[in-house]
Amino acid sequence: MPLTLADTLPTEANEREYLWTLNFGPQHPATHTTLRLILTLDGEKMVDCVPHIGYLHSGFEKLGEHLDFNQYVTIVDRMNYISPVANEIAWHHAVEKLIGVELTPRCKYLRTILAELMRLHDHLLNVGTAALDLGAFTAFLYGFQQRENIYDLVEYASGQRFHASYTRVGGVLFDVNDAWVERVRKFVKEMPATLREIDGLLTRNRIFIDRTKGIGVLTKADAISWGATGPLARASGVVRDLRRDEPYLAYPDLDFQVICSEAGDCYARFLCRMREMWESLKILEQAIENIPGGPVNIDANTDAVLPAKPAVYRSIEGLIQHFEVLMPNRGYDVPSEEIYAATESPNGELGFYIVGDGNVRAYRARTRPPSYIHFAMLPHMIRGYQLSDLVAILGSINIIAAELDR
Amino acid sequence: MLDLDSLQERFGNEITESSFRDNRRIVVPSDKVYFVLEQLWREWGFDMLVEMTAADYLEYPGATDRFGVMYVLLNTTTGERVIIKTHLNLPDPELPSVFPLWHSADWLEREIFDMFGIKFEGHPDLRRILMPEEFTAFPLRKDYPLKGRGERHNFPVITRAES
Repeated sequence: MPLTLADTLPTEANEREYLWTLNFGPQHPATHTTLRLILTLDGEKMVDCVPHIGYLHSGFEKLGEHLDFNQYVTIVDRMNYISPVANEIAWHHAVEKLIGVELTPRCKYLRTILAELMRLHDHLLNVGTAALDLGAFTAFLYGFQQRENIYDLVEYASGQRFHASYTRVGGVLFDVNDAWVERVRKFVKEMPATLREIDGLLTRNRIFIDRTKGIGVLTKADAISWGATGPLARASGVVRDLRRDEPYLAYPDLDFQVICSEAGDCYARFLCRMREMWESLKILEQAIENIPGGPVNIDANTDAVLPAKPAVYRSIEGLIQHFEVLMPNRGYDVPSEEIYAATESPNGELGFYIVGDGNVRAYRARTRPPSYIHFAMLPHMIRGYQLSDLVAILGSINIIAAELDR
Repeated sequence: MLDLDSLQERFGNEITESSFRDNRRIVVPSDKVYFVLEQLWREWGFDMLVEMTAADYLEYPGATDRFGVMYVLLNTTTGERVIIKTHLNLPDPELPSVFPLWHSADWLEREIFDMFGIKFEGHPDLRRILMPEEFTAFPLRKDYPLKGRGERHNFPVITRAES
């Protein structure tokens, strides 16, 4: 699409002829995905920046109005593909709140375990790439080794490594067995070694500290005004974590700390993510020791959940039940109401605003993507810093373009 | 806790409240919504605009207005949430921008403009954000078909020689 640079720049900048214009992206290794920035430079100092997004826009919210609550899970998967299952949990959290479904205790714990695995998954990549952009390659590889193990755990549970599409209304696709729980236990034992390695490589690394400390400072007042959530907000001193403040799933039973910092710079965000991974391990340890038995899905006779696959394939009652749930005028009893429900995804508050009209599909399925909200504040955050600090700031706010554009 | 009486006292009885599960929703007429939001921001400590979205009620059973715009507000000190909702109609859906109150409204309002064609008066830079600039329709309106209207086939093609 033809884009005239003159249109996008502030007029007084055009008059100052010594300012440079630099195009960054849409294809650049440090953008990680497809996004474009038009920077105005005064020497090496960034004066202004105009982000252009939408390269990956594929109408997810429109699709949400045409797919039913279980089908749409395959789409939300693809929003934040760094932590896919966290999106599914957030989506079905909102749907279940709309329909009024109370999950079984086993499902709550299982979803909590997956949500925390996804937090590790996301933070490992983010910490790794934040360092990678600044030239430290090793931490990234150490992180990826453990991410591979998490992929294996997700594959073992759902049959899919990446886009698991694992949750269903009122439960999950398959129950997990004891072998899976044992594998998670083993993972939790091995993970601290990796965290210590990354810690040893980066936390007291002179170059890393020089490149991140005091860079991209976001004050508490700005963080609140720009709507920052998650590690980005907590690193700026906003003490808010939905797991603690609006508890959902099994979080009320579990003991963990909310990690905060007051510095608000890239280094503080790095430290917050590192400490949050230790807290996630603490949550995982408690959750796998206390995972209750019993059914993982709610009772299929209440008409709100798909019956188990063996029942569908091997009995006529199961098959009828399956069809009844899927038929447009049967199945879920959806109220004609609207709901906003949010979970603490690794990146921040991932919320869904669903308008129900009594149908099995949402009338409106709006996503509140944390990346979108965070990216809007980028021009504000980078003003006055050096050009080379841009990659440090961009890495520290963890932009996932698929979630940004949806 | 925000109480409805003080709002009604100040802004009249058209302001109504409803709740569903843990969501609390206050419906405000569109000509008063900015003043109500400003009051919430100034006096009730709702310092974060968590989410702002719209919906097109064209095919919604029993709906009387075309668009609804929702503001999800949060008080970061007390953790209190409230949803402010207002209704708009064609031909000229327009609201005052809340960018002066909450900076997060910047891109949220641009997205609503892009998807629904609702204008925000006083917004510093109201352009399309996700769709290309040349796009003329508003894709999340209910009268816009899922498969589009063939825009994809009529995109201007830039050849290598021209670029």
